[in-house]
Amino acid sequence: MKDLKKSSGISTQRKVKTAILKTLVYLSAILIIAAVLFIVVVIVIRGLPNISWEFLTSGVSYLKGITGILPNILNTVYVVIMTLVIVLPVGTGAAIYLNEYAKNKKAVAVIEFATETLAGIPSIIYGLVGMLIFVQTFRLKTSLLAGSLTLVIMTLPTIVRTVQESLKTVPNSYREGSLALGSGKWHMVRTVVLPSAIDGIVTGCILSVGRIVGESAALLFTAGMADVIYTPLEAITANHSGSTLAVALYVYAKERADSGTAFAIAFILLILTLIINTAAKVAGKKLKRRTENEG
Amino acid sequence: MPLSPLGENGNAKKGCLGMEKVKKTAHALDKIMNAIFTFCGFLAVALVVVITVYLISSGIPAIKEIGLGNFLFGTVWKSTGDNPSYGILAFILTSIIGTFGAMLIGFPLGLLCAVCIAKMSGKRFSGIMRSFVDLMSGIPSVVFGLVGMIYVVPAVREMFNLPDGANLFSAIVVLVIMILPSVISMSETAIRAVPKEYEEASLALGANKTETIFNVTIPAAKSGILASLVLGTGRAIGEATAVMMVAGNVANMPGLFKSVRFLTTAIVSEMSYSSGLQRQALFSIALVLFVFIMIVNLILNLVVKRKKDK
Repeated sequence: MKDLKKSSGISTQRKVKTAILKTLVYLSAILIIAAVLFIVVVIVIRGLPNISWEFLTSGVSYLKGITGILPNILNTVYVVIMTLVIVLPVGTGAAIYLNEYAKNKKAVAVIEFATETLAGIPSIIYGLVGMLIFVQTFRLKTSLLAGSLTLVIMTLPTIVRTVQESLKTVPNSYREGSLALGSGKWHMVRTVVLPSAIDGIVTGCILSVGRIVGESAALLFTAGMADVIYTPLEAITANHSGSTLAVALYVYAKERADSGTAFAIAFILLILTLIINTAAKVAGKKLKRRTENEG
Repeated sequence: MPLSPLGENGNAKKGCLGMEKVKKTAHALDKIMNAIFTFCGFLAVALVVVITVYLISSGIPAIKEIGLGNFLFGTVWKSTGDNPSYGILAFILTSIIGTFGAMLIGFPLGLLCAVCIAKMSGKRFSGIMRSFVDLMSGIPSVVFGLVGMIYVVPAVREMFNLPDGANLFSAIVVLVIMILPSVISMSETAIRAVPKEYEEASLALGANKTETIFNVTIPAAKSGILASLVLGTGRAIGEATAVMMVAGNVANMPGLFKSVRFLTTAIVSEMSYSSGLQRQALFSIALVLFVFIMIVNLILNLVVKRKKDK
């Protein structure tokens, strides 16, 4: 290919066209890099100075004039844990059903269509439906629990998809070997299939954490906006409303016009995004290596 | 892939009484687990049904009371006050124009960037680009909203000499950034999947590398690229909080430099204090948004399926 560049026989028109296209390609790449760099630099410059030990470890007190985000950090942790505890078994179960149990091709097609549909629904719709179902019908009030349940529906497709991918890499001979030795189906799934699917479960977990941490629209009307510090026991019961970091950012920026605090939260979210991305990359590589070796 | 359960009635006859018992409990457990997995599998279907039913049943009453025509094509939204009027044409048009505008800028930009990552850069540079795109897709939407609110809105105000920079234009700028990662990732995958032979044939016929990419590779990756277009559209229509922070949020008919409301932000901005017919009307807006999204999803499904069939 390198020799082609030297060929001089092409017309000027082609040369110009090629040059324009090349410029456009590199220009768009540079533009996007510049945009990301701008966002990162701005967040670091305006966010980092506002972060202090006190900011991270105290609640909000208008009397003392303290703005702290400990409640929001705790709420985020609670919501992430509650959502994962529910969605992981259910999502893994669905993936196992699709890959190991389902015999009817039409049923698989219907379930996969439903999963894709769930993946395409915007989070504001989840917020509304979560409010109708969990906050009103189930009478959980605006609470961390209602928010987590809403996020369970939202992250379900992610878990199902990644676990299914990793189940597909388990060679059929493993299953056949186990069954030939006389194990029942569930025993086979538990001892042979599931251990090999652990990479996929981990990847799905990381991706879901990313979505949960960044989610705001689905939580506004389900988990609410309170800044109270809860104990874990309070967090899992109804009627305890609280805002995660992303929701708090929205509230600080839009409703309290406190851009300093908002940028500080943005900085923390940025760091979390970097950590989650790195973790997802490592886990994804592991999964891919296995796919190449065995699949 | 599904295998027939051999374990149940394999070599049960030879086993002693104890073995029989073990087998029986194992058999029962198998049945229970089977039921549990089937339940998990169909949960997604049930959830889609429940969501649809809830949205329709809570969205229909207000439409009935207002009248479908008045609701969809009414140009005045005045939800509070003595003589309320619920017309959402402004929101619908804003959502369509905003999404279209964002795709008009974001799609070519993303496609060119995908070309750069997949074909026109060294391994190192494409790795760097990749991690930038990954970072961009991981950053929460509220963060884009915040940067848009503090930097894009004032910049737009200064640049176009407006009284307020929070308008449709600013919303489009933020939406462009938000759809780029989906467009880039999906287009890149599609471009990489084009068989090498196609490009080699084109190069052998005397086309240079750039011409090959634009005349052979991109047309061959058409359906994947089309899917990225539809996916980006879906993301842009559904984005709420980031748009809320930059669009100005006044129920105007859309204009590039007018403060506007999208379908999504119309719901967010009034939900917390709404009641009665106003609240029901918000659910009707959600239903309209849901219909839009389902249409986009359906198109996406068709595009992806056609790709698979090929």
